Amino acid sequence: MSIILNTLQSSGALYRSSGEKDSFINTFPNKLIVKNGEASTLIKDIFSKTKKKKYATIPSETAKAEVPEGVMTKCTNCKKIMYTRELQKNLKVCLNCGYHLPMNSKERLASLIDENTFQELNQEMKTGNPLQFPGYEEKIIGDQQKTKLNEAVVTGTGNINGLKVVIAVMDSTFRMGSMGSVVGEKITLAIEKADELSLPFIIFTASGGARMQEGVLSLMQMAKTSIALKKFSDNGGLYITVMTHPTTGGVSASFASLGDYNFAEPGALIGFAGRRIIEQTIGEDLPEDFQTAEFLLKHGQLDAVIPRLEMKEKLHMIVEMHQSGGDLEW
Amino acid sequence: MVGLDFDKPIIELKDKIKELNEFSIKANVDLSAEIEKLENRLAKLEKEIYDNMKPWDRVQIARHPNRPTTLDYIPYLFADFFEVHGDRTFGDDEAIVGGIAKFKGLPVTVIGHQRGKDTKENIRRNFGMPHPEGYRKALRLMKQADKFKRPIICFIDTKGAYPGKAAEERGQSEAIAKNLFEMAALKVPVICIVIGEGGSGGALALGVGNYIHMLENSTFSVISPEGAASILWKDANQAKQAAEKMKITAPDLKELGIIDEIIPEVKGGAHHNVQEQAEAIEEILFQSLKTLRNKSEQELIEERYRKFKNMGAYLNV
Repeated sequence: MSIILNTLQSSGALYRSSGEKDSFINTFPNKLIVKNGEASTLIKDIFSKTKKKKYATIPSETAKAEVPEGVMTKCTNCKKIMYTRELQKNLKVCLNCGYHLPMNSKERLASLIDENTFQELNQEMKTGNPLQFPGYEEKIIGDQQKTKLNEAVVTGTGNINGLKVVIAVMDSTFRMGSMGSVVGEKITLAIEKADELSLPFIIFTASGGARMQEGVLSLMQMAKTSIALKKFSDNGGLYITVMTHPTTGGVSASFASLGDYNFAEPGALIGFAGRRIIEQTIGEDLPEDFQTAEFLLKHGQLDAVIPRLEMKEKLHMIVEMHQSGGDLEW
Repeated sequence: MVGLDFDKPIIELKDKIKELNEFSIKANVDLSAEIEKLENRLAKLEKEIYDNMKPWDRVQIARHPNRPTTLDYIPYLFADFFEVHGDRTFGDDEAIVGGIAKFKGLPVTVIGHQRGKDTKENIRRNFGMPHPEGYRKALRLMKQADKFKRPIICFIDTKGAYPGKAAEERGQSEAIAKNLFEMAALKVPVICIVIGEGGSGGALALGVGNYIHMLENSTFSVISPEGAASILWKDANQAKQAAEKMKITAPDLKELGIIDEIIPEVKGGAHHNVQEQAEAIEEILFQSLKTLRNKSEQELIEERYRKFKNMGAYLNV
């Protein structure tokens, strides 16, 4: 640091006292930086090195304990505390800052599907630890007890404002929504069901990627789901994907990206390789919004970013648009 | 309202009449005789000017900053327009907009060039001059329309595809060519309407349709009049002459057999009344769709083929 300070002083780049670093950075006139070529490179270097890394942080135990269990919920983005019930009513979209908090599959289905119309498919399907991977079964049993689910995806048929669809919802609370044989098979069966009944297929993705403990069997689920989608598409089927936080790895590189319409929720993390891996590989800092839904929209990967509170209405409109037209009077 | 060179006298006279009207109310003087005289003169002047419009006058109307754009017409013509973005490859080019919507109850895909209304929007939309990703987005939407058997409606309004470094790097020519190639095989009705400037290949990339209609004061050309003048006569100032010689206006193109219908414009240009203009477009769009909806996929492709096969003039000796 002393070297840098010396450079700053010798290059005539003003003063700097400890504790004033931030204001110094912010108020440093841009023009000066541009004019003074040598100093500008160095100044930039200081800032990038001292810049806080934006990796996920694990909240401390004390922070967690501030909020009484259940009654109140703290927004992970703006830290505002609000009644859990009000937050639930607002579909877990922060009442203060609009941040979309994660939803599990049950909450998601309740927010989209008309009451009493959901019929689950293949609910009982479970993984059999095909590679005899040590410790896998225990982890699965733990997640099953925690989530009351058998696997990381729930599939079924149901109505969206009266229009029947086949829907799959991935659940990131179960093994981070990772895709093993069961997830791949259930999604493929749902696609086949949609094809058979000539219904639209809608999927809400949330996944860390392929499940490590099933090795190459997980990898092949990418191909399995994709070939089923190709067949469905060639038969004229409508396929809509909605990417929710997070959609990464083998899931983003297969069915999540193959929709006739690719949508995402605001702020969702979507990408193939993880941010840290990319930063380490290329040795560069990545932009703040890198791999967010908004970033992908700008880069042509998404048709639209749809806020959760408009999701049901928009999905209904699009599904309806693909069914009408046959009974025109003209 | 900003007047153009040729219709300035009309605008000035209109302002004068308005002034007199206001004055007569304010001062409580009866000026009706004078006003009536002026109004008669206005009617004569309008007839004289608007019935004798020169190609260059039309070029100016087509370029009028307030000329309605694709997004101006959409709310009048369609219901439930849902805009979709991106080419799924590189970016979302806002110089082209597209989406799904309903026209009198019929689901359709709408695609169009999009200029900005002010400097800020123009920068965002690159003055309506698309990059390759814009054309690739358009093609993606056309293929989607083809899959779901939705007619495609294209609004053409661009000075041309953007001539820039990045555009060349990403394959501007390939993107335009691919659209011409793929549009030939679309199994659904394709209706193209030139609403402003139809600038060369950048316009044609949305233009291989079963019908091409043009607003009365729009243009469609291989190059801008300025460009032609500077290439042919090394003098961009002769644009006015080039505009006449090149046959770029709707009446000229109708005569050449390039376009199908001329959509009449509101007196003085579409910018005088968007809603009225939209109604004129709606009428012709409705007729076109009614005709094309009854044709088979094979007929649509075959007719499109023949339409473009017949363009061109040559002597067989």
